[in-house]
Amino acid sequence: MLGFVVRRLLYLVPVLIAVSLLTFLIASLLPGDLAYVILGDQATPEKVEALRHDMGLDQPIWWRYLGWLGHVLQGDLGRSFRTGQTVLQAVTERLPVSLELMVLAEIIGLAIGVPFAIACAVRSGSAFDRFMTGSSFAMLSVPTFLSAILLIYLFAVELRWLPATGYVPFQDDPVGNLRFLVLPALTLAFAEWPGIMRVLRSDMIATLQEDYIAMAKAKGLKPSRILFVHALKPSSLTLVTITGINIGRLIGGTVIVETIFALPGIGRLLIGAIYTRDLIILQGVVLLVAAGFVIMNFIVDMLYAVLDPRIRHGHA
Amino acid sequence: MATLEIGIDEDVAVSPVKRTPRLGLLFWAAIAWIILIFAAAGLVGVLPLPSPTDMDMLERRAPVSALHWLGTDGLGRDELARLIYGARISLIVGLCAPVIGVTIGGALGMLAGYFRGRFETLVVGSMDVLLAFPPLVLLLAVTAYLGQTLLNLTCILGVLGIPAFMRVARAATLTLARREFVIAAQALGATHARILLRELLPNVFLPLVAFFLLGVAVTIVVEGAVSFLGLGVPPPISSWGSMIGEGRESLDVAPRLAFIPAITMFLTVLSFNLVGDTLRALTDPRQGAL
Amino acid sequence: MTEPALLSVENVSVDLPTPRGNLRAVDQVDLKIGAGRTLGIVGESGCGKTMLSRAILQLLPKKAKLSGRVMFDGHDLVRLDPERLRKLRGRSLAVVFQDPMTSLNPVLTIGTQLIETLQEHLELDSVVAKRRSVELLAAVGIPAPEQRLMQYPHQLSGGMRQRVAIAIALSCEPKLLIADEPTTALDVTIQAQILDLLAREQRRRHMAMILITHDLGVVAGRTDDVAVMYAGRVVERAPTPVLFKKMHMPYTEALLAAIPKIDAAPHTPLPAISGRPPDPTRPIQGCSFSPRCRYAAGRCYREKPLLTASESLDHQYACFHPIQVTAGVCE
Repeated sequence: MLGFVVRRLLYLVPVLIAVSLLTFLIASLLPGDLAYVILGDQATPEKVEALRHDMGLDQPIWWRYLGWLGHVLQGDLGRSFRTGQTVLQAVTERLPVSLELMVLAEIIGLAIGVPFAIACAVRSGSAFDRFMTGSSFAMLSVPTFLSAILLIYLFAVELRWLPATGYVPFQDDPVGNLRFLVLPALTLAFAEWPGIMRVLRSDMIATLQEDYIAMAKAKGLKPSRILFVHALKPSSLTLVTITGINIGRLIGGTVIVETIFALPGIGRLLIGAIYTRDLIILQGVVLLVAAGFVIMNFIVDMLYAVLDPRIRHGHA
Repeated sequence: MATLEIGIDEDVAVSPVKRTPRLGLLFWAAIAWIILIFAAAGLVGVLPLPSPTDMDMLERRAPVSALHWLGTDGLGRDELARLIYGARISLIVGLCAPVIGVTIGGALGMLAGYFRGRFETLVVGSMDVLLAFPPLVLLLAVTAYLGQTLLNLTCILGVLGIPAFMRVARAATLTLARREFVIAAQALGATHARILLRELLPNVFLPLVAFFLLGVAVTIVVEGAVSFLGLGVPPPISSWGSMIGEGRESLDVAPRLAFIPAITMFLTVLSFNLVGDTLRALTDPRQGAL
Repeated sequence: MTEPALLSVENVSVDLPTPRGNLRAVDQVDLKIGAGRTLGIVGESGCGKTMLSRAILQLLPKKAKLSGRVMFDGHDLVRLDPERLRKLRGRSLAVVFQDPMTSLNPVLTIGTQLIETLQEHLELDSVVAKRRSVELLAAVGIPAPEQRLMQYPHQLSGGMRQRVAIAIALSCEPKLLIADEPTTALDVTIQAQILDLLAREQRRRHMAMILITHDLGVVAGRTDDVAVMYAGRVVERAPTPVLFKKMHMPYTEALLAAIPKIDAAPHTPLPAISGRPPDPTRPIQGCSFSPRCRYAAGRCYREKPLLTASESLDHQYACFHPIQVTAGVCE
C-alpha cells in the first residue's frame, strides 16, 4: 500500500510543478504590460520604467518564476495591486461560496442519479430503463447556461418562488443562503446527474450478472442486502472516480453559474481578475484551482485503492 | 471446458447482445436536423429573409407575423434571420475548432501510442497538465488579452480540445500497434511513417470521426456559454449563445427570444451527440453505447 | 424408496428463447433423491446439467421458462412465494458453484460472507457468528482460520477458496447440498481433497448431496446413484455400482471408455467420443445421440427412446439397443 501511495505522489510532484510553470508563463507572457496597466493614464516612460524595476519586471523570466515559486511555497501568493488583498485573503473569502455550491450540486446530482441508476439496473431493459437512458442522454446535451435560463424563467420569473440572483452568507442567514443557492446548485446538478446515472447503471448491470450475485441469492440473503452490499460496493468504484473527477472539474466550472446568478465565488473572482488585468490574483487563483484539481485526482486514486482491495495488494 | 458450458447456456440464450445499435428513427432524425441546419446556414443568401441587422424600432419584440416569421428581438431585428445567421457562426466555430483538436491531438496520440516510452510519458503528462486548468478560465484569459475575435476564439477552443483527441487516438493506437499486421509490416522493413499512415491511421480514423462529432457538440456548447456571457463572439457578430444572452433580459415579456435559439441549439447539440455516440458505439463496442 | 424423497424433480423442462429459436436446455427430467443420499449427475458440457441445477435452485436467467415441479421438503419450489423460497435457500438448500474466484464477492472479506449467512438464517449475534465461522473454516481444513476471516478471496489459493465456499454452504446445516462441478476449476492434486471433504461432511451431517460433474470417474465410489444426461435429457439412471458393472447406454459406455486408465499401456489412444453434442436450438429427430453412436440403427434415427426400466426397477435407460454386456469396474 505504501509503495502505491509513494509512486502516485512522485507522479504528482512534477505535474504540480508543470502546472505552476504554465500558470506563471500564461500570466507573464500575455501582452499588456503590467506597469502600463497599473499606471493607467499617468504612464510616462520614466514612471513605467521605474515601476517595472520596482516590481522586478525587468528581470529575466525564469528568475521571476523562481522568485514567485519560492514565495508560493512559503505561503505567499502575492497581493493584488487593485484591492490590496492578498491572494489568500481573496480566496478564503470566495472559496466557501464556490465550495458550498459545488458540494450542494454534487449532492443533488447524486441524490437524483444514484436512485435512478439502481432502479434502472434492477429493471434493465424495461420501458422505464429505456426512458431514463434516453432522458439522461438528452439531458447531457443541455448546456449549463440553458438549464440556468430555464430554471430562472420557471422559478424566478413565472412562479416567483426563488430569487434569480444574489447571495447571503450561511452564518448570517441559513435559510436565505440556501434560497439563493438552490437554483445555481440545481443548474449544476442537472449537468451532473446524467453522467452519474449512466456510469453507475452500466456498472451495476455488469455486476448484477456476476456469479457472486447468484451465489448471494442462493444463500438466501435479503434482496436489499444483495443490492446494497454485494452489488453496490463493487460498482461504487466507478462512482467514486466519477464524483471525484466531477468535483475536480467543478472547481473551475462554476464560472458560468456564478456569473449568471451573481454569486461571489472563485469563478467570478477569476473573471474579475482577467478584466482588471489583476495578474497577481489571476496567477495565484489559477494555480490554486489547477493544483486543487490535480490533488483531487490523487485523492480519488487513493480512495479507489481503499475500496477495491485488489488494487491495494497489486492485483486486479 | 466447463466454463464454456456456462457460457453456452447463458450468453447465447439470455441476452442476445446487440452488436449493431439501432440506426433507428432517432439517428436519422438527427441527421435530418443537421442537414437542415447546414442547408439553412449555407443558403442564407438565397433565402427570402429580411436582413438580420435591420433594426425596426417600431416593431420591437413583435410577435410572430407574416413579415417576421419568428417575431423580432429587442432591437426590432428579425429573429429568424438572426437565428440562421447565428447558426452560421455557431457552426463555423463548432466545426473549425475540433478540426484543430483532431489533427494535432490525433497526431500526438498516434505518435505517443506508437513510439511509447519517454515520448509517450511526456505527451500524456503534458495533456494532464493542460487538463488541470479550468478551460473556461483559460479561454477567457486568452481572449481577454489577445482580443475577442472569432479567430482567437476558434483557435483556443481548438487547442483546448487537443487532450481529448490525443487520448482517443492513443487508446486506439495502443490496441492496434501490438497486432500482428504491424509487427509484420515492421519485419518487412516498412518505415514508421508508412506504418503510421498506411496501417494505423485508417483504423484510428473512425473512432476519431466519432469523437470529432462529439467535439462539435461540446464546442457549440462552450462557444454558446461564453457568447452568452458576452465574452465570446464579438458584437455585432451574433451566435446562438449571444442571442440567448440578449434574450435573457426579455425573459419576463418575451421569453421566446431566449428560448427559440435555446431550443435550436439544444436540438443541434443533441443531434451531433446522437450521431457521434452511435458512431462511437459502432467503432468501439467495448466503450458502450447509449 | 420407502420414505418420500427429499427432492423430487418432476417433468422439469427449461426453455430459453434465443435469436436463433427456442433452446430446450432441459427436457422433461425426472429425478429423486432421498435424505442423506448422494446423487451424481454426469454429462458433457452443454448437456443441461448446470441449467438443471439452476432450475432446482430457481436461479434461472430472467428469460428462461420452466415447466414442471420441483418438490423440496414438501414445497414446490417453482410456485413458492419469493420470501419463503429465500428462507429455504442457504438454510435447507445450499450450493457450491464451480469457480470460487467468481462465486465469492471480491470486495467483501471471507468473514463477512460467512457471517452474513449465519446471521440471516440462524439469527446469531456477531460474536457467536464469528466463533461459528472460525469453527466452520477449521472443519473444512483451512489453517489459521481466525486470520482468514479478515482476508479477501483473492488472497487465498483456489483450493482454499473452494473450501471457504463449502464452509459457507454447510454453515446452516442444509438438508441438501448441490455441488456444481466443484473441482473443475481446481488443480488435479486438489480435486481429490475437495471431493473427499465433501463426502466426509455429507456422511457426518447425514446431508443429501447432488454432485454434478462431467467426469464419470468422480462419481465412482462417492455417490449412491448416478444419472447420466445428454442433450438435456436423463438417458440412464442407476445405483452407482450397478451402473459401473452393467451399463446399458452406449453413451455411458463411451464416457467410461474415455476415462484415461492408469494401467493401460503407454500411448494407448484414448477412445474419445467422435462428433460433438447436438446444437440445442436444432433438435434432432430421433435419439439425440444417434449421430455419434456405434450401435445406431434405423429406429434410432426416427424415434426418441423413452426412459424404461430394466429388470431391476431402479436401473433406467433410454435406448433401443441397450448394451447387455457387463463392463469392467473402474475406479
